[in-house]
Amino acid sequence: MALRRSQKQKLYRYAVYVVLIAIAVWVALTANWARLVPLFLNPEVALKMLPSIITVGLVNTLWFTAVAFVAGLILGVILALMKMSVIGPFRWIATVYVELFRGLPAILTIFTIAFILPIAAGVPGKDLGGPVVLGLIGLILVAAAYMAETIRAGLQAVPKGQTEAARSLGMSPMATTFWIVIPQGFRIIIPPLTNEFVLLLKDTSLLFVAGTFIWSKELTTFARDASTQNANGTPLIMAALLYLIVTIPLTRFTAWLERRMARER
Amino acid sequence: MSTDLIDVHAPAIDIQGLVKSYGDNEVLKGIDLTVLAGEVVCIIGPSGSGKSTLLRSVNLLEVPTGGHILIEGIDVTDEDTDLDRVRQRIGMVFQSFNLFPHMTVLGNLTIAQRRVKKRGKAEAERIAREMLGRVGLAEKADAYPSHLSGGQQQRVAIARALCMNPDMMLFDEPTSALDPELVGEVLQVMRSLADEGMTMLVVTHEMGFAREVGSRLIFMDGGHILEQGDPREVLANPQHPRTQDFLSRVL
Repeated sequence: MALRRSQKQKLYRYAVYVVLIAIAVWVALTANWARLVPLFLNPEVALKMLPSIITVGLVNTLWFTAVAFVAGLILGVILALMKMSVIGPFRWIATVYVELFRGLPAILTIFTIAFILPIAAGVPGKDLGGPVVLGLIGLILVAAAYMAETIRAGLQAVPKGQTEAARSLGMSPMATTFWIVIPQGFRIIIPPLTNEFVLLLKDTSLLFVAGTFIWSKELTTFARDASTQNANGTPLIMAALLYLIVTIPLTRFTAWLERRMARER
Repeated sequence: MSTDLIDVHAPAIDIQGLVKSYGDNEVLKGIDLTVLAGEVVCIIGPSGSGKSTLLRSVNLLEVPTGGHILIEGIDVTDEDTDLDRVRQRIGMVFQSFNLFPHMTVLGNLTIAQRRVKKRGKAEAERIAREMLGRVGLAEKADAYPSHLSGGQQQRVAIARALCMNPDMMLFDEPTSALDPELVGEVLQVMRSLADEGMTMLVVTHEMGFAREVGSRLIFMDGGHILEQGDPREVLANPQHPRTQDFLSRVL
């Protein structure tokens, strides 16, 4: 008797499992564990990294992300409002800005800004806050460009009737934007903004191109330097785990928010 | 010029030669309409007749292409007129309610009082609760709009407009988005407003309301006012053939 449809499906599924397990076993058996473990999962090196990889590396990463996110958000709102303005030059400036900083690699922007600003201002870099501040300025400029587009989409998704209701109550355009449109627009864009927070968190690893001090190393630079000093890859693995501890809950949170918003509609 | 100088003898709304076009499409073709204080004027007409555009022009949600609109003697089409000031005197109720979904009912009713009229929190809330009482929803102050029925939302929207102490109210098909069993409660609130002497301009399909509450009925078609008069008279004995045709289809 020929196989029934459900039996065929089951057989196919088990075949896939078998292949996957076979690949995993093959990798586990053939990998050079004797070399891998001491080099990348070395408990001694790991203990040496604690707690500084967290108190310096992770804390700096979180600080830089928070500062760049908040400043980028404020600049992003201004750019989004400029893009929606009835005044032509505002729209043009915002469009050129967004296209410029979204079109360039972030690492190039950060490096160039840190290099150009002191020369343009005619003062030494340290008078402008040093490499940390200069690097952050570059990162903020990039973050704002990405967020401007998201924010504009959110603000434009607020129904026109909301603006009309506010204006018909005598509220000024600015009061309407601030009290009615922005609060609703931001509700809509919390999921994409969370994603941009995660992207920004990872992009702080580019700040090293502006230069770093021992106290200002973010997680990636901290781990890379530690791994060079110890001739051991364990700090890199630890940094990877620390990134994931922060980013995975955030992306899960985004997914949960999106599901909840889909239900509410 | 100052917008504070209200001429108490001027009509509430005085529309003179109002023209509105979108590109080549002329929606209003020279409307003249005067609404006196205390009048309840209902506008009927087929869809696309320009009746909503006319209503929305009164508080300049639609900017006229030509003509003048005087609110209590103040020309709102004048570039120097402070629109935000005039709009406080004109309450507006929309077909789709347009409550602010991110605020409670109380928040909806106090935001403009606080930000525009600069009333204190306590005073704004006292007025808000008083107006909620007038529309029979005193117990819903802390609810969010999404937890209210359509009829309740529209009554809140009316209360929100009343909080600004308007001299007149515009209603843009206020019951068209409602389930049939919820229409009555909104009309009841509008009727009580009319009884209290509120000046009202109402675009509606509710012929019963127009007949019983309206002091004047206007029939519009093709961007013109084709007929107007006592609602009972117009509904029972329409003169213009287009009015006769329209009423024969809706009644």
